[in-house]
Amino acid sequence: MSRVGTVLSSLLLKELGKGLMLTGRFLFARKITVMYPEEKTPKSVRFRGLHALRRYPNGEERCIACKLCEAVCPALAITIESEERGDGTRRTTRYDIDLVKCIYCGFCEESCPVDSIVETDIHEFHFEARNETVYTKPMLLAIGDRYEAEIASARGEDASYR
Amino acid sequence: MTELLAPFQQAAQGYATQWLGPEWGPQAYTAGRALVMIVMVLVPVLLTVLYYQLVERWVIGWIQVRKGPNRVGWKGVLQPIADAIKLLMKEQMIPSGANKILFLLAPIISVAPALAAWAIVPFAPGWVIADVDAAILVMLAMTSMGIYGVIIAGWASNSKYAFIGAMRAAAQMVSYELAMGFALVGALMAGQSMRLSEIVARQDGNWGLFEWFWLPLFPLFVIHYIAGLAETNRHPFDVAEGESEIVAGFHVEYSGMMFAVFFLAEYANMILISVISSLVFMGGWLSPFNFAFLREAGAPLSWLAAPGIWWLLAKVAFLMFVFLWVRASFPRYRYDQIMRLGWKVFIPLTLIWIAVVGVMMMEPFASTYFSIWFGRHP
Repeated sequence: MSRVGTVLSSLLLKELGKGLMLTGRFLFARKITVMYPEEKTPKSVRFRGLHALRRYPNGEERCIACKLCEAVCPALAITIESEERGDGTRRTTRYDIDLVKCIYCGFCEESCPVDSIVETDIHEFHFEARNETVYTKPMLLAIGDRYEAEIASARGEDASYR
Repeated sequence: MTELLAPFQQAAQGYATQWLGPEWGPQAYTAGRALVMIVMVLVPVLLTVLYYQLVERWVIGWIQVRKGPNRVGWKGVLQPIADAIKLLMKEQMIPSGANKILFLLAPIISVAPALAAWAIVPFAPGWVIADVDAAILVMLAMTSMGIYGVIIAGWASNSKYAFIGAMRAAAQMVSYELAMGFALVGALMAGQSMRLSEIVARQDGNWGLFEWFWLPLFPLFVIHYIAGLAETNRHPFDVAEGESEIVAGFHVEYSGMMFAVFFLAEYANMILISVISSLVFMGGWLSPFNFAFLREAGAPLSWLAAPGIWWLLAKVAFLMFVFLWVRASFPRYRYDQIMRLGWKVFIPLTLIWIAVVGVMMMEPFASTYFSIWFGRHP
């Protein structure tokens, strides 16, 4: 009996019909495609994207050229040169990040004692030439100035978990 | 419906005779008429191929809970045109080890029969380029020719993957052609003719869709359709392409427009299989509501029972959709399973069912139990 039943059900394509019904139901299911770039999925406040150098509210740059980020960087993407400024503080004269070398691990941000170098949640950036891949100090400071509000709110949201 | 064109035909014949004389005029008219009919059939077919490809991506996308292409034009309707332009602009590459003549010939050999077979397809009473009385034979001959394109493409490419793909395709297409041929043997027994328009006419009657041959020939209908899947190297029988094993099979070395021509042949064949299936087993242009009481019920209801090309188009569209549905649902068969299914299941089944059809058509049964399908036969 069971043998006859198996033969009959395979002849009548029973299981194939079941499979078709299953996929047929999904034909009318609600589609989950996200229509990027009009729609975007939410990003974590810990998202590690494009770098920025922050300033204090009084406009003074935070970076004190301790070079911890340069030392910790596993990809050797950061290059820092520093000297004494007129008021006797140590400041960077050069702060380059090669974004092609960078692996976006976030160690630079972790190591920074003054929260100067941060990684923003910007991930939609590109380069059109090889010499554009290195972001210099003024560029990083400009990113920091432009997105200070977002950076500060993201850090604030995450502060209690750190 | 052809009588609408009659005045134009007469006028064209008149002009041709006037300009070219009584000797060449009628011949030029015949040639011109054939050309016009070819254009009238092939342009819709090629447009369907173009958009079938888009619909395929949509249907597979929807089944996978995606949206499918929807960027080019309104909801993506210009996508096939963008694809065609892309393929036209691409470089035609011929591998240095390839046999150049055969390499260039293969796409033509594969597309020519796929398009030539449309000559025998009737779309409505009288709407056919060549109403051959051995139409089914012509169709089988034409679809078999397509195998040469595949084998030559694989061999001329001088590439291992292309060669393996071509060998697989050849063995598979030859095996399934037998089952398909036998399925059509049953149909031509029931239809008492090899002329497609006559097979459709035999399915006319008082009981609508129950008069069609899909009911007495149900196993043959299913086998014809599945063999059609295998014949066109479609899922789940697409070992000839087998992306995960042999990249793209026989057309792996082709690029640009030559690849597009293979694509065209495959899709034209798929549509052809759907058309033949709906003509032979699903009553062609006959209405599924072709019941006697509906025909006599008066104007709005008798329209439902009237035959017309739209019924054929609806049936073909449904079968074409099933091609895509099957592709989105089933995993690829293993090669030995394909061979087992073809030789050990389909061929014996068709042979048995041909005998069953013969018994159904024998006299005491034909006019009693099976009179709905076979009773009216002389």
